[in-house]
Amino acid sequence: MIEARNLTRRYGPTVAVNALSFDVRPGSVTGFLGPNGSGKSTTMRLILGLDRPDAGRARIGGRRYRDLRFPLREVGALLEARAFHPGRSARSHLTAMAAGNAIPRGRVDEVLDMVGLTSAAGRRAGKFSLGMGQRLGVAAALLGDPAVLLLDEPVNGLDPEGVRWIRELLKSLAAQGRTVFVSSHLISEMALTAERLVVIGRGRLLADTTVAEMSAGAASLEDAFFRLTSEAVEYREVPS
Amino acid sequence: MIARVARMEWIKLRSLRSTWWTLAVTVAGTVGIGVAVGRNSRDAAVDLTNNALAGVVPGVLLAGILGVLTMTGEYSSGTIRVTLAAVPRRSVLLAAKAAVFGVVALIVGEVASFVAFFAASANVGHGLAAPTLGQPGVLRAVVLTGAAFSLIGLLGLGLGAIVRHSAAAVGVLVAGVYVVVQVIGFLAHGVAAYMPILILANSLSTTRPVACTDCPQFLSAWAGLGMLSLYAAIALAIGGWLLARRDA
Repeated sequence: MIEARNLTRRYGPTVAVNALSFDVRPGSVTGFLGPNGSGKSTTMRLILGLDRPDAGRARIGGRRYRDLRFPLREVGALLEARAFHPGRSARSHLTAMAAGNAIPRGRVDEVLDMVGLTSAAGRRAGKFSLGMGQRLGVAAALLGDPAVLLLDEPVNGLDPEGVRWIRELLKSLAAQGRTVFVSSHLISEMALTAERLVVIGRGRLLADTTVAEMSAGAASLEDAFFRLTSEAVEYREVPS
Repeated sequence: MIARVARMEWIKLRSLRSTWWTLAVTVAGTVGIGVAVGRNSRDAAVDLTNNALAGVVPGVLLAGILGVLTMTGEYSSGTIRVTLAAVPRRSVLLAAKAAVFGVVALIVGEVASFVAFFAASANVGHGLAAPTLGQPGVLRAVVLTGAAFSLIGLLGLGLGAIVRHSAAAVGVLVAGVYVVVQVIGFLAHGVAAYMPILILANSLSTTRPVACTDCPQFLSAWAGLGMLSLYAAIALAIGGWLLARRDA
């Protein structure tokens, strides 16, 4: 269970996240939708305590992230595709994380196997393709067998097989009763993966709903999304 | 808690090939320069131990740079967000990082210092008598010189936490350790004795007080060690304070 209450964050004059409140419940995949620059990544960083909110709070299972004793065993996160040192092997990267949270070493080989990186585990991760980097990120998120998962754009850079793999993985994790919160700007992908949706635009909550509810009365989820966000998109100037 | 975070940081440090290359070059450079300077010493009145340890002046720079990169590498690669997700207590993280890096740099520094001393002693030229560890001040000079690698390395780690960008932090380190002293020498002669590089060359790696007509009053070996420790502690304290307050 993830709770955001009145979450607010400014960067200079820009309000990146504006009084955002929502709950992400266990047992289903919750999609986090919004146009580029709408504050999805900032919200995820605020939940993980990487950035500080100017107001409001985020709680995971009722507690602040930084108060978790073994955070990786409660929350798994994938924030960006290449959050690892290019000179370090995938296995060393995961082994270090595991050591920091008292996770048994055997778990490293388990998650490497789950994401299909066993044969590449000893290679320097800097040589990985974008898709392999995403798989390593997913392995890191699953390392502590956490009840809560946050994934920021996990299908970026994946081939069609990888996209389907992520989709089935997220659904199965939710079916096991976990809380799965996954951001994307690919609405069609969310239509296939998520049951629930949190939609934001310009840092504000636009909808906290289900995929079925949001698609009802529109030709597609995409149409419903554009109708919802049309007011909230910052149009860029057309270069002359 | 700090023990398992230290384990994490030890795995991270040892799993980078660049760590071992840098440390190997640090030792080789320190020893090589020490032997070369030692062989060229002709005057029986000079401090042969100090000459044998001449390589430490460039040697500590590599330890300092490795310290910088141990921190800034987290930012340039984006690993910092994974690291902080695993260890949200940021002061604990920096303390563990400093402890692990400090011990590794200390061991490597002592190895470099002792090997340089013995290699230079074995190659003393011009019919001079080789210095031995039993002579007054020699063991102290060799041990404290080894410790300087760790302290300059920790200064680099602290600067890395403050500046966060590799090139800029290395620039600040080089400026602080090697360049500022040139300016200070002109502007405030007396303060020059507190500059890291002069502490290293004239306080730590000498067996007897250096006195010359134009020199400032150099610090004693232990006072010099205290100053270097203070510099490292200040850099780490500011770095830790900023790390705890800034966005990652």
